Amino acid sequence: MKFAKLTASTLAIAAVSAAAATARDNVQVAGSSTVLPYASIVAEAFGENFDFPTPVVESGGSSAGLKRFCEGVGENQIDIANASRKIRDKEIAACAANGVTDIIEVRIGYDGIVFASDINGQSFAFTPSHWFNALSPEVMVDGALVANPYTMWNEIDPALPAQEIQAFIPGTKHGTREVFEEKVLFKGCEDTGAMEALVAAKGEDDGEAACISVRTDGRSVDIDGDYTETLARVDANKNGIGVFGLAFYENNTDKLQVATMSGVVPSTESISTGEYPVSRPLYFYVKKAHIGVIPGLKEYAEFFVSDDMAGPDGPLAAYGLVSDPELAATQAAVAEEVPMN
Amino acid sequence: MTDATSGSGGASSLFTVDALTRKRNAAETRFRAYGIIAITVSLLFLVILLGTIIRNGMPAFQQSFITLPVHLDAAKLDKNGNRNPDDLKKVTTFGYGPLIDRALEVHVAELGIETPFTKAKELNPLLSASAAAIVRDQVLASPDLIGKTVEFRILASSRVDGYLKGRVTRDSVARDKSINAEHLDLADALRKEGVLTKGFNWDFITGADASESRPEQAGIGVSMLGSFFMMLVVLIFSLPIGVAASIYLEEFAAKNRFNDLIEVNISNLAAVPSIVFGILGLAVFIQFAHLPQSAPLVGGLVLTLMTLPTIIISTRASLKSVPPSIRDAALGVGASKMQSVFHHVLPLAMPGILTGTIIGLAQALGETAPLLLIGMVGYIASNYPNGIAEGFLNPNSAMPAQIYEWAKRADPAYYERAWGGIIILLLFLMTMNIIAIILRRKFERRW
Repeated sequence: MKFAKLTASTLAIAAVSAAAATARDNVQVAGSSTVLPYASIVAEAFGENFDFPTPVVESGGSSAGLKRFCEGVGENQIDIANASRKIRDKEIAACAANGVTDIIEVRIGYDGIVFASDINGQSFAFTPSHWFNALSPEVMVDGALVANPYTMWNEIDPALPAQEIQAFIPGTKHGTREVFEEKVLFKGCEDTGAMEALVAAKGEDDGEAACISVRTDGRSVDIDGDYTETLARVDANKNGIGVFGLAFYENNTDKLQVATMSGVVPSTESISTGEYPVSRPLYFYVKKAHIGVIPGLKEYAEFFVSDDMAGPDGPLAAYGLVSDPELAATQAAVAEEVPMN
Repeated sequence: MTDATSGSGGASSLFTVDALTRKRNAAETRFRAYGIIAITVSLLFLVILLGTIIRNGMPAFQQSFITLPVHLDAAKLDKNGNRNPDDLKKVTTFGYGPLIDRALEVHVAELGIETPFTKAKELNPLLSASAAAIVRDQVLASPDLIGKTVEFRILASSRVDGYLKGRVTRDSVARDKSINAEHLDLADALRKEGVLTKGFNWDFITGADASESRPEQAGIGVSMLGSFFMMLVVLIFSLPIGVAASIYLEEFAAKNRFNDLIEVNISNLAAVPSIVFGILGLAVFIQFAHLPQSAPLVGGLVLTLMTLPTIIISTRASLKSVPPSIRDAALGVGASKMQSVFHHVLPLAMPGILTGTIIGLAQALGETAPLLLIGMVGYIASNYPNGIAEGFLNPNSAMPAQIYEWAKRADPAYYERAWGGIIILLLFLMTMNIIAIILRRKFERRW
């Protein structure tokens, strides 16, 4: 019977493929979409210069990447997780529970977070306090904690343009959000004195949590997608101010103008000197157990942090990564496969 | 009665239109007008949609090249002078980069073009970062070239390419870190000399994905192969399973509660959002069955689950449309139930089954959501598969996933490629749908 033959052959194919599925010869990477551009540049150059196949780099966000990273050791698990924040203790514990114990942490450099608006709109000079006052549900007005009354930027500070407050900030699944909360909202909370009032009113933990919460009346919109979506939102709403990565902004200077933060214009230089306050380190995490099992894994990690790639004149810096001044130490740590702690 | 209608009062005549008839006629005219408006509006949207796609996507099929004689300096590329392939490999693309910048500087000087640039490195923004890899590959393939001056056709950088296509202007590069207006002046001069040319972009159709920093090199070819292998898996699994299931349900299964339950569930399955199949695929095929991640085999299996209900429903409909007299006649002359099905009913239902299958495949071809979860979105479609087994098992992307990925990337040149990818995907879908229509028109029998 024709059908019997067909079914038999499909089963045979399935069996063969399942058997062949055990060997993997390419490095698999997943995680932060902020690190993805850098990882793809490295992976491409790695494929060109080495005899190993080009590594596969998936996107999906730091948290999703680290979650998959911690699912276990083995050929059908990823080898490297990219992250735009440090791995959390909770995640290290989850890793350990699944047998992923020796994790090598590699810091590849720094990335700036910029605030940009439509090129034809008005220009802004922000401080963290401005952002806290614009986005927090409760702010300090005349020494008292009140529900956020602001609808225009110039109500917060007469020096800012008279423009409606409309912010597009990264959603909570992005590592960028954490940096935004810590370096902008939390800082603004302290600077405006709202921190003391909130802690006094709600207790230490709840007060600090209230510092980084954002208003929910539509003035602040969480973007769960990528920077392209933020750009489209800013394009559609000329009053909007978006939160972008420095590299993304530098590729779209014809559509966006960048705001200064505490008087500093973001650039690779001002970030590397630490003048520009809103920056964060980027990482990737390697499973030590996979080194030696997956061909090319260690070579890829070493190539990533080599001077040719991650150095100040390398292609990563050209794309927008702020080179790590302590790169040599990182190179040594990767070469010796030093795990965390 | 006849008197009443034809005579007194002159109430109605077929020749004079009364108020009620006028009202009914007006209602009909209005209804027709609504219909025409509805069709015009939808056609208008279609035209706008297609127009936007073509306008945004066509530039992706053009690509700028720089034809450049490069002196392959033996002192730099082969320090030992023995042309040993292993030694040659030690010179990475970083070693080739300055060589090519220098070649462009020399060539520009030879052509007598005045530039404000003093260092070779300053000319680099005109060239694609892929140049070094192109030259290196060729040198490794034929080491005899070392020491000679060889002409290479190198991709222009995405900004220069965009300038030739009108996407990048002198205004838009005013604050651009990677290129400035003087580079564009040089590009104009090189274009006049015939060094910088624009041609059809075959690499876009056949090429592999490229990294974020070189959109000019990116192509949809590898992900097209990924889609092809996925469709093969879908066809191999869903056609036999779907047809066998529907023959059984339609021809053999008894009418009882249990079979009704199966039927309802198949209809429900057809309405399940595709992302759900992605989650299922991740849990079952990757985490439980340990199939490789990002592999077209897994993608195909997931899409099979999604396509099965479509195929079962359309197959059952076409089996149902075969008149019972055919079955009765076959049974009447002594055929078994199975013979009547396979010799008579199935051949007559075949056009309908094929149409359903092709439409199911077309639907699967355009599906992205389940692929997000099984790791097929990202920088993945970078290696051509070597042979059929690798085609199924090596990490690859699919056309819609590639388009989605490109649309996310920072460089506007990638946005253009995303639209170009949409054109190719639409061509595939249209071809499949046209084949389905032809099959239906040509072979379907009506009773």
